[in-house]
Parts: sequence; structure tokens; C-alpha cells
Amino acid sequence: MIVTLAFYLFALGVLGGGLFTVLSRNPVHSVLFLILSFFSAAGLFVLLGAEFIAMLLMIVYVGAVAVLFLFVVMMLDVDFAELKAGMAQYMPVALAIGIVLLMSLGLAFGDWQAADGAEAARAAVTPEGVENTAALGLVLYEQYFMIFQLAGLILFVAMIGAIVLTLRHREGIKRQNVLEQMWRDPGKAIEMKDVKPGQGL
Amino acid sequence: MIGLEHYLTVAAVLFVIGIFGLFLNRKNVIILLMSIELILLSVNINMVAFSSYLGDMAGQVFTLFILTVAAAEAAIGLAILVVFFRNRGTIDVEDVNVMKG
Repeated sequence: MIVTLAFYLFALGVLGGGLFTVLSRNPVHSVLFLILSFFSAAGLFVLLGAEFIAMLLMIVYVGAVAVLFLFVVMMLDVDFAELKAGMAQYMPVALAIGIVLLMSLGLAFGDWQAADGAEAARAAVTPEGVENTAALGLVLYEQYFMIFQLAGLILFVAMIGAIVLTLRHREGIKRQNVLEQMWRDPGKAIEMKDVKPGQGL
Repeated sequence: MIGLEHYLTVAAVLFVIGIFGLFLNRKNVIILLMSIELILLSVNINMVAFSSYLGDMAGQVFTLFILTVAAAEAAIGLAILVVFFRNRGTIDVEDVNVMKG
């Protein structure tokens, strides 16, 4: 009973968050609804018994991706009202495509059954009596270790790519030159003046 | 009792909302990127639901990889967006014609 209630609550959060992400006029609200959607999806994952993925979703999606979106939305000085102007014009096409796609997916889900050999074809059977994180670690570090390393490589390349893309050398501003600062000594920095009494420099 | 079909329905509807967003916000690249995140999230829900009901950990492992790709894609996409905004002063998709493609 409580599980059913939680499922419908989280499903409503996911779908409502997604819908308002798309429809919202203010992009900051869009990002906040996106965060609601991610949190609710994490709740669904907990209900499914995938706690590690749920916590990862919160850390990676809410903590990194959504905050990244928030930074970019707030830092770019864009007139969002102007961008939203054509929304009513695209609405009929978007609705038609959405309904057609939903109906075709509904057809697929309406008449759907598992293959006979599905149980036997499992790649990594969930072990009994092992908690989710440990079971995931056992599979990840043994069967999928190479792909795991490649995923790290993808993140590394993405990091370098983002830095190279956004780094720029601005002209005409003051910069700190660490070597010049370290090579300064009193002999170069201080000049002794013999000031006569009663006179200025 | 909540079955596999319930989760599949949520994922399917979320996927359609993502596609809907792609067509609705044809000008605003930021919302386009968010719609792509929603689509990837719906795929993740599918993966975890099947993984849980079939008793196969591989689904959750691949969710991890989808998560990785989504994070990398968001970072690169937003970096390109920032550079484009610096050069052109707008993020309208219809102005993205520098390469005359």
C-alpha cells in the first residue's frame, strides 16, 4: 500500500517535473523542475531496489548537471522572452508528434511479453543476500571493468574539451606573474633617497 | 501492486515529454539540452526497471554508463553554448549558421 502510494507520488513528480521543464517560461524555473524530476526518479529507483544508482542520480544529476545548467542560465544575458515567442506556433506540430509517438509506444507496451529464454540469457544475475551497492561493484569491476575505464576516459576528454572551449586569453587586463613576484628582492624593489631636512622630494 | 508495466509507462511518457520539448522549444538551446537530459533519464528508468524485475545487474551497470555519457554531453554542450553566446550574442538555434551547413 505505502509502496503503491510512493510510486504514484514519484511518478507524478517525474512526469510533472518533466512537463513543466519543457513548458515553463522562465529557464530558471525549468532547471528547478528538472531537479524535481531527477529527485523523483531517484525515488523510483529506490523503490526498484537500485539504491546506488538512486544516490548517484542525486549526486551527478542534481549536484553536477542541474547546477551546471543553473550557472549557465544565470550567467548568460539572454532575452528569454524573445526566444519563447515562437512557442505557440510550434505547439500543434509538437503535440501531434508527441501524441503519435505516445500511441506507437502504447501499442508496443500493450502487447508485450518476455521471451522464453530471457531468464537464461541474463548477463549478470543479481546475487542473493548481497546488498545492491556490493552486487553492482562485483559486476562492474569484474565483467565490465574495461567499459568502466572507458567511461572514465570519456569524462576526462569531456573535462578537457569543456576547459579548452571556454578558456580565453583576454587582452588588456592585469594578471599575476608569479615568477616576477618571486624574483623581486629588496635591492630591486627599494630605492634609497637622501631627503634634506625641510625639503620634499 | 506495482508491476514492470507501471515503470515502463512512466518512462514512455517521460520520453515523449522530452521529444515534445525538443519540438516545442526550437529556439532555446538550453531547454533543448534539458529535454535531451529528460530523454536519457527515461531510458535510465527503463534500464533499472528491467534490471530489477529480471534480476540482472547488467541493466544497472549500463545505467551508470548512460549517466556518464549524459554528464559529459551536458558539459560539452553547455561549453559550446557559452562560446557561441560569446561570439554571436544570442542562443537562438536559427542563428547557428556560421558553417553554412
